Amino acid sequence: MNWKTYTNGVRRGLPVGVGYFSVSFGFGAMAASQGIRVLDAALISLTNLTSAGQFAGLTLIVAGAGLWEIILTQLVINSRYALMSLALSQRLDSRIGLLPRLVIAFFNTDEIFALAMAQPQPLTVPFLLGLGLTPILGWTAGTLCGALAGSVLPLGIRTALGVMLYGMFIAIVVPPARQEKSVLATCVLALVLSSCFRWVPGLNGVSAGIAIVVSTVVAAAACAWLFPIAEEEDAA
Amino acid sequence: MSIYTCIIAMALTTYLIRALPLTVFRRSIKSRFVKSFLHYVPYACLTAMTFPAILYDTAYMISGIAALLVAMLLAFRGKSLLTVALASCAAVFICEQIMAFFV
Repeated sequence: MNWKTYTNGVRRGLPVGVGYFSVSFGFGAMAASQGIRVLDAALISLTNLTSAGQFAGLTLIVAGAGLWEIILTQLVINSRYALMSLALSQRLDSRIGLLPRLVIAFFNTDEIFALAMAQPQPLTVPFLLGLGLTPILGWTAGTLCGALAGSVLPLGIRTALGVMLYGMFIAIVVPPARQEKSVLATCVLALVLSSCFRWVPGLNGVSAGIAIVVSTVVAAAACAWLFPIAEEEDAA
Repeated sequence: MSIYTCIIAMALTTYLIRALPLTVFRRSIKSRFVKSFLHYVPYACLTAMTFPAILYDTAYMISGIAALLVAMLLAFRGKSLLTVALASCAAVFICEQIMAFFV
């Protein structure tokens, strides 16, 4: 194990770890406000390490959804990771064995992936392990603190913290939607569909997971067909 | 069904999506449609999960609307993730205090 490249990775990952703390604080607060126990919320974060997927999973657990609905929702929402892992795989030396690959896969999140791909040097296992360390810790600790805050703070503040994650989702989506018409179209279509699943009689009986899955798949597929991305815009 | 069954199912599904392309299926995706689809998925699912759910997670719908508008305005101006998130929380808090005063 090369400790110098490991600590270099840790240093690189630190800002992401700090950022994750605040995002997962929102997740923890929301989980607590919906009746999930503090340690269970932290366990979700430690084992899943994904914001959108966890949020959808939380909604489904609270709604008492079935196992297949949970799995299907995760498959759709997290499908983008397959593309990232593929791209990361192209950057890894083929001599890197199965075990390190299985470990690296665990923390291949959007931000860690972006950091890894931005590295000009060849990617090594110690570097990647270092990169993942503080994001995992930050993500889990943030959830723990958020869930604790969400279960002890006064109701008014808990309710307010409950929208924190929505605020972050909006902050992620709006800037690219403002710049790219295709992203804007995707969002508008998804918004119209998910609104139908809430408000149109007949459709509003559909469960939360299926509503998210159908809205996502239809909107993303329609826009992939209408606005295919440029070829060089590989694996974003 | 136990919450732990759900958590394990979620974690395992997410892990397999990440692990299989790094270990077993390592050929790059050729289809432009599939690549485009995966590019748009995050935007579609984040939007579908946020709206209209944000309107129903607060004590009064008006505070959900306030959170949505504040977040959209600040995000449109390019404010950071944390600023947008905290501002939407503040919008809810203020709205709920005002509503509680009147109701």
